[in-house]
Amino acid sequence: MSLAAGQFPRLLAGMPPEGFLPLAAHEALHGPLPLSGRSRSRTEHPLILELERAGVRGYGGAGFPTATKLHAVATQGARPTIVVNGAEGEPLSGKDVLLTGRMPHLVIDGVLAAASTLGSDRVIFALDEEVRGVARVLQQALAQRPELQRRGAPAVSVNAVPGGYLSGQETALVSALGGGWAKPTTTPPYPFERGIKGVPTLVSNSETFAQIALVARHGADWFRALGTTNDPGTRLITVSGAVSYPGVVEVAGGTTLRQLISASGGLTEPIQGVLLGGYAGTWLSPDDLELRLDAHALRERGLRLGSGIVVLLPASACIVAEVSGVARWLEQESAHQCGPCIHGLQAIADALEELCGGGDRRGAYTRIERWCELVVRRGACSLPDGAATFVASALRRFRPVFDDHARHGACDLCRAERVLPIPAFDAVPVR
Amino acid sequence: MSEKLHLDPIACTGHGLCAELLPELIWLDEWGYPVIEDGELTPELLGHARRAVDACPTLALRLQRERAARRPRPAGGGRPAGRTPSY
Ligand SMILES: Cc1cc2nc3c(=O)[nH]c(=O)nc-3n(C[C@H](O)[C@H](O)[C@H](O)COP(=O)(O)O)c2cc1C
Ligand code: SF4
Ligand code: SF4
Repeated sequence: MSLAAGQFPRLLAGMPPEGFLPLAAHEALHGPLPLSGRSRSRTEHPLILELERAGVRGYGGAGFPTATKLHAVATQGARPTIVVNGAEGEPLSGKDVLLTGRMPHLVIDGVLAAASTLGSDRVIFALDEEVRGVARVLQQALAQRPELQRRGAPAVSVNAVPGGYLSGQETALVSALGGGWAKPTTTPPYPFERGIKGVPTLVSNSETFAQIALVARHGADWFRALGTTNDPGTRLITVSGAVSYPGVVEVAGGTTLRQLISASGGLTEPIQGVLLGGYAGTWLSPDDLELRLDAHALRERGLRLGSGIVVLLPASACIVAEVSGVARWLEQESAHQCGPCIHGLQAIADALEELCGGGDRRGAYTRIERWCELVVRRGACSLPDGAATFVASALRRFRPVFDDHARHGACDLCRAERVLPIPAFDAVPVR
Repeated sequence: MSEKLHLDPIACTGHGLCAELLPELIWLDEWGYPVIEDGELTPELLGHARRAVDACPTLALRLQRERAARRPRPAGGGRPAGRTPSY
């Protein structure tokens, strides 16, 4: 039996109410995994061609075409290392943990397919050190796979990386897995050129590998049977805020926000805005519910889905306090390596806090806006760019509320319990 | 062979020497870190740019061939014929 083209859900098909989908059930659902083997031709890789036709783009946040990335690694002339990025440092995201913990065989399939195509001899699953249960599931699932017992199979390990927003940034991840600090490194060289131990390294998100598994099994035409022309297939979205059932939902490309909300059990209270794309994302007005979640169309409008995050911000929250809290957290999570990131994010966080407190608030709006422009593309990684996008978008969307804080200081809602989660700070930030 | 100034923000410690030597293209932000304008490195400026590169005490500033620092682009080989990628 094999999944029909219109089958929905895909990634979460057959997900058991608890525990993980065992190998036998997984194979009964998807059929056996075809492994192409390393292509003789340096440029023609059947799986890469199929991924290109399918139009798969990375699900880790940046949305880079997956075929292009595989191709870049494949043509480096060495056996590449594969890193499955399951660090999931974004506090608003839960999809990688869900996918790896409940549907590990689908992720493993994608990794095996990519390893076979690229001739990889080493695979590393990187997980946040705090999700030990997920690591155990993954180890169990890996032990069930006959493909990994064969001669010539890649060496596979499950590695814990320190928690934190930056751990999943690809050069920080490569550095941490190589025994260094979980801090971004100077590029070039990019990981695809010189990654772990200097070996060309493919770093892709866990969900991306699950999508690769679907394309390897069912092909590009099947993949394109759902979704839109420019955002084919389905994706996982982590929904939180004012909905009845916060959590991970699978949707086809082009699904409207309204449909997503109803898949999450509907709104629990009136909302004042919608955050799309998490702490590197952009804000929408509550009237935008007919907006289609088509990653391509959103990009063209300057919006972003990031790693698939939607937050429905209730009207009972103070946007200034929420944004201020997140800005401070992002400033603390910075690796504090690049001047503009260190000083810019600190200035932004300070000014936002003053809007909710007693400091000098005159001209704060304009200053924050200017700093948000000043930090973009000036760090070794795009953490400051994401933070600036998030803050600047809130300033634009909620201008009257920010102006009101600049004039009158803290509002009645400033002290309300925060909606946007901020993981506990380290007692002493590591600088 | 067009060259471009490339800054390594991790290595840069904000000495600001570069901005003194190439004010046409580099200015300092309010924290003393250089902002490099996108403008063209004309032959007259190239000499100043080389001097700025040499003067940087942390080797944070480099002159690079325009394409060297780019991310991978879809390569010509291995693309399906007759179909424009939709992204
Ligand atoms: C601050 C920061 C944090 C990131 N965190 C993650 C993460 O937790 N997981 C992830 O897959 N990608 C993360 N990324 C993106 C990665 O750098 C990289 O683009 C991604 O893993 C590539 O996988 P993909 O092509 O499958 O999307 C982060 C990027 C930045 C700038
Ligand atoms: S931009 Fe910020 S977070 Fe990124 S490497 Fe530089 S200091 Fe660290
Ligand atoms: S001279 Fe070098 S270290 Fe000093 S500001 Fe310029 S690039 Fe940075």
